[in-house]
Amino acid sequence: MYTFSNKLKTFSFILIILGVLGVGYGFMTSHKSFEEVETLLAEELHHEGGHSEVAVNEETTHNEHGQVDEHKKHIEHVQHQIANRPWSALYVAAFFFMMIALGILAFYAIQFAAQAGWSPVLFRVMEGITAYLLPGALIVLAIAVASGTIGHYNLFTWMDPEVVAHDKLIQGKSGFLNIGWFAVRGIIFIAGWSVYRHFARKFSIAQDTAEDNSNFKKTFRISAAFLVFFIYTESMMSWDWIMSVDPHWFSTLFGWYVFASMFVSGITVLALITIYLKSRNYLEFVNENHLHDVAKFMFAFSIFWTYLWFSQFMLIWYSNIPEEVTYFITRFNDYKLPFLGMVVMNFVFPILMLMNADYKRIPWFVVMAGLVILVGHYIDIFNMIMPATVGDRWFIGIPEISSILLFAGLFIFVVFTALTKAPLLAKGNPLIKESKDFHY
Amino acid sequence: MEASKVIHAIYTDDDVLMSAVKKVKAERYHIEEIYTPFPVHGLDKAMGLAPTRIAITSFMYGLVGLTVAIVMMNFIMIKDWPQNIGGKPSFSYLQNMPAFVPIMFELTVFFAAHLMVITFYLRSRMWPFKKAENPDPRTTDDHFLMEIAVDGNEVELENLLKETGAVEINLVDKAH
Repeated sequence: MYTFSNKLKTFSFILIILGVLGVGYGFMTSHKSFEEVETLLAEELHHEGGHSEVAVNEETTHNEHGQVDEHKKHIEHVQHQIANRPWSALYVAAFFFMMIALGILAFYAIQFAAQAGWSPVLFRVMEGITAYLLPGALIVLAIAVASGTIGHYNLFTWMDPEVVAHDKLIQGKSGFLNIGWFAVRGIIFIAGWSVYRHFARKFSIAQDTAEDNSNFKKTFRISAAFLVFFIYTESMMSWDWIMSVDPHWFSTLFGWYVFASMFVSGITVLALITIYLKSRNYLEFVNENHLHDVAKFMFAFSIFWTYLWFSQFMLIWYSNIPEEVTYFITRFNDYKLPFLGMVVMNFVFPILMLMNADYKRIPWFVVMAGLVILVGHYIDIFNMIMPATVGDRWFIGIPEISSILLFAGLFIFVVFTALTKAPLLAKGNPLIKESKDFHY
Repeated sequence: MEASKVIHAIYTDDDVLMSAVKKVKAERYHIEEIYTPFPVHGLDKAMGLAPTRIAITSFMYGLVGLTVAIVMMNFIMIKDWPQNIGGKPSFSYLQNMPAFVPIMFELTVFFAAHLMVITFYLRSRMWPFKKAENPDPRTTDDHFLMEIAVDGNEVELENLLKETGAVEINLVDKAH
C-alpha cells in the first residue's frame, strides 16, 4: 500500500494556496476601466515611436466622426482582452491537467483491449491518475459555462447574444453552439468517461481477490466499448471546449490533434509518477524495461503529435484559403515564440533525446525529456486558446503560472490520494505474471 | 592463427543449445560460429557478441538524406530558378519550407533504410551468387550446430559437448 507522504501533501497544499492567491490577483487586476485602457494604449503607442501616430492623425482629418467610433471600439476590444486573460489562463491550465487524466484513461482502456502483457504492473498508477478526470473535467466545464454566465463571455464569443445577433456565421452554427446544449453535451461526455472509469476501477479491485477471471473479462468488454465512445466524445469535446473559441474556424483533424496532445502528456505523467514511486521503493516489480516501453510511447506519440500538427498547419498554409488561414496568421504574427517553440519542445527535443534505446532506460533522462514534453504541451493548449481570447495581449505571467500551480496542486493531491486507496500491484490480473517478468 | 581442425556439435533444441553455449563459455572454449535455422533469443548475449552498431549508421544515413533533400530543393527551387508557382513564396528556403517537408521526410527515410540495408549486406557478406557457407544442410531446418576450434584437446572437448546434450559430434578437418 502506498502512503501519501506528508511532505508531498504539504507541497500540494502550498501549490493550491499559491495558485488561488495568484488567480485571485489575476482576476482583481484584470478589470480595467475605459480610461485606464485608453492611457495604457496611449503609453504603448508612445513607446513604439511616432510611426503609427502619424497614421492616426492623418485618418482623423479624413473622418473625424468615424475615427472616434473606431477609437472607442478599439479600446473596448483591448479592455475585453485584458479582462479575458485570467479566465483563459485558468481554463488552459484546467484543461491541461484534465487532458492528462483523460489521455491516461484512453491508454488504460487500450492496454486492456489489446491485452498488453507488459503494462499490468502500471495499472494502479494509471487508475490513480484517472481519478483526477471527474473533478478535473467538471472544473473545465464549469469554467466554460461560468465564462458565459457569470463572466462577460470571456472565453467563447458565441455565448454572447450580442455578438451572435450581428454574426451570420455564428447564427448558422447556433443550433450546435448554444450554452444549454453545450453544457448538456459536456455532462454526457464526462458522465460516459466517469462511468467507465468507475467500473474499470471497481472490477480491477474486485479482481485482486477473485477466484476466476470474470472481472478481467468484464473490463475487457467495457474497455472496447469505452474506446468507441471515447473517440466520438473526445472529438466532440475538442470542438466544444477548444475549437469553438474560434467559432469562425474549423478543422477536420482537430479532434485527433487534441487527442495526440492529451495522449502524449498523459503517458509522460505516467512515466514521471512511476519513476517517482519507484524511487520511493513502492514499485519493486517495475523495472527499467517497463520504463523503456513507456518512454517508447512518449517518443512515438511525440512524433504522432508532430505529424498531426504539421498536417493541419501545412494543409492550411498550402491552400491559403482566407477563412481558414487567419487561424495560423494570428498565431504566427502574435505567438511566434510559443508557436515555433512548442514544435522544438514537442518534437525536436524528444526525438533526439529519446531515440537511443539506452537513454530510455535511464530515469533522470526520461524525467528531463518528460518535463520538456509537458511544458511543450501546456504551450500547445495555450496556443489553441489564447489567440482567440486575449489576442496579442498574452504573456506567461502571474495569472498563467498561478493557474498551473493551482491545478498542479489539485492534480497531485487527487492522484496521490487515489493511489493510497488500493495496493499498487493489481495482483489478480491474469497477465500480471507476464508483466512482472517483462523483459525487453 | 585459425585452427585447421574444428568440432561440429549438433543439437536439436534451442534451449539445450543455450545451456550448452553457457557451459562451453564457462569452460573458456572459443566458439567459432553457431548455425541456427531461426533467431534464438538471447544467443548473442550468451555468446558474448558485441552489440550491433547498425542503428547508429542508420541515424547517420538519415542525416545524409535530410541534407541531400535540403541542399537539392534549396538549389532547385530557391537559388537556381525561383519562379512564382501558385503564389508560393520562393524568396528563401524557410519561407517555403512547409512545402518541402514531405520530401525532406521521405528522403531521410529512404537514405536511412536503404543504406542501412546495404550496410547490413556488406557487413554480413551477402550478395547474389554468393556461395553458401553451410556446414550442414540440416541447420536450415531443425538442427543447431556449434563450431568450436580444437587444438589438441579433442577428447576433453568431446566429453564436455556430449554432457551438454549434443546429439552428434563430428571432428572436421578444414584444411581439406
